[in-house]
Amino acid sequence: MEQVKKIQKFFNSVESLPIILVFVIILIAFMRTAPGVFTRPRIYMSILSTTPPLLVLGAGLTLVITSGEIDLSFPSVIAFCGMVFANLYKMTGSPLLGFLAALAVGAFIGYVNGMITTKLNIPSIMTTVGTNFFWGGLTVLLAGGLSLNIPEVREYFLHTLFTGRIGGILPAQAVWAVAVTVFIWFLLNRHVFGEHILFIGDNENVSRVMGVNVKGTKVAVFTLMGLLGGFASVLLTLEMANFWTTQGSGFLLPVVAAVFIGGTSISGGEGRVIGTLFGTFIVGSLEAGVVASGIGGYWTRLTTGLIMLGSIALNVALDKTRVGSGSFADKLRSSVFVKGIQKSE
Amino acid sequence: MEKEKYTNVLELRNIEMYFGKVQALRNVNFHVGVNEIVGLVGDNGAGKSTLVKILTGVITPTRGELYIRGEKIPLRNYTVKKAHNYGIETVYQDKSLGEKQVLWRNFFLGRQITNRFGFIKIKEEKEIARKIMHETIGFRGAGITVDSTVSKLSGGERQGVAIGRAMHFEADLIVLDEPTVALSLKEVQKVLKFVRKIKESGRACVYISHNISHVYDSCDRFVIIDRGEVAREFLKQNVSLKELDECMLNFANARREVE
Repeated sequence: MEQVKKIQKFFNSVESLPIILVFVIILIAFMRTAPGVFTRPRIYMSILSTTPPLLVLGAGLTLVITSGEIDLSFPSVIAFCGMVFANLYKMTGSPLLGFLAALAVGAFIGYVNGMITTKLNIPSIMTTVGTNFFWGGLTVLLAGGLSLNIPEVREYFLHTLFTGRIGGILPAQAVWAVAVTVFIWFLLNRHVFGEHILFIGDNENVSRVMGVNVKGTKVAVFTLMGLLGGFASVLLTLEMANFWTTQGSGFLLPVVAAVFIGGTSISGGEGRVIGTLFGTFIVGSLEAGVVASGIGGYWTRLTTGLIMLGSIALNVALDKTRVGSGSFADKLRSSVFVKGIQKSE
Repeated sequence: MEKEKYTNVLELRNIEMYFGKVQALRNVNFHVGVNEIVGLVGDNGAGKSTLVKILTGVITPTRGELYIRGEKIPLRNYTVKKAHNYGIETVYQDKSLGEKQVLWRNFFLGRQITNRFGFIKIKEEKEIARKIMHETIGFRGAGITVDSTVSKLSGGERQGVAIGRAMHFEADLIVLDEPTVALSLKEVQKVLKFVRKIKESGRACVYISHNISHVYDSCDRFVIIDRGEVAREFLKQNVSLKELDECMLNFANARREVE
């Protein structure tokens, strides 16, 4: 028992240490199974150019889940904001205008999610599944199902600023995404807003009695999530110099997986931003790694699933707060996926 | 604390409360003196919690008057926030603390010490939290620090933290809503110790309970509520625990006959 406690203490000494170790182990494994690929910088540059949108979304989603809610509408935010950005740029010739509009539209979509969830008292999982269909559908409708190629955007400063290659190799979007993550970490762990998110996710009644504006804070969290969705969308569209109507549709599971691999509590009240950072890189490097290891592309999903389950099990085993010893059913009932649905009954 | 010329921290006069057509409180007069611990007892459904909700600003009574430190307060715009400003704090049995959160965050929720950008001054908050724990409430729990999460505390310790928080924020009147429900005897003793700290610090307290043996030792006066009315009042020196118990039992029997 003493030893178990010691191990727990060690793993809790640094935030998200277990998941950082998992990440390192996976990297070492790939270096051994595919030395030709994973000991050279190219694969890392490739991963750092594709994962930043996932990371920006994951950081935002960490806040949403910590507040005890869920947002599944971000794939359509990626699509809709990408369309706004690409079309506005095409029309005005100003990528900056497109960028600002994408942020504003993203924030608006998030705000609507928050208002529907809090004012109409609809569980956020239903709200955001609905709005995901709505904005996704509107994107296809307005774009006529067509993609929009914008190769000339590469000539602009905004492209260099967000998705250029620093020193010729490091993708700028990786720096931006990490900066956003650091900002979100400070917001959650050092700011009044973050403290309110923690308490709301923990216990709404306590928060209300102590004078926290529960609904307002939730709306702000959804709005921030939408804003970050808009930013992620611009990073993606700039990198590809192309908008297509289904961009972002493959983001849903990797981002949700990254947040939970990172150790954020499924029932709210606890958020691990650093965990999400490493969770994103685990998810982002798995596919390339599994393929390069010669196991075969068909194995990627299965491996992702196994690593996700393993990480979550690890997080639960090492959890220092482990509230109560509730049964599996209790845990499920308190999870962000079901919580709201019960509340409304 | 400055000496001022009032005898009651809080007084409610002729309170009537209707929920629709149901009368929950009938002509209730209730006061709490300076540095007085009042035990508010009564069976479930007697009207205790309705009365508490009125004096903490959660609900507005249909009729009646409210005086705080001798000054008449309009009941229409008396809210939880206003009650806090007047120095009235409530410790609810199970909704005072965030379980997964560390203690220092719990102390300052809703009243964080921040810089002007809203970032929390953690060092300062932790230091004050440590002081509250050790000096204000005399916390000696082994292995518990301000960095512990609430889930590690026992039920009695949690009440202590909530009481300490109320005391730190200069509450003149601390309302304890059933603080010993579902606690073991040992934990009840801890809570009673915290209640004595309230008395020692010169503050007043309303202690709501349906278990008289818990309230008896720590209270100066007892108010028994029965079927929406103040049924009896006793000063502690005029009544023994046994008499109080019998009195409660009589009310319970009378009620049964009516029903």
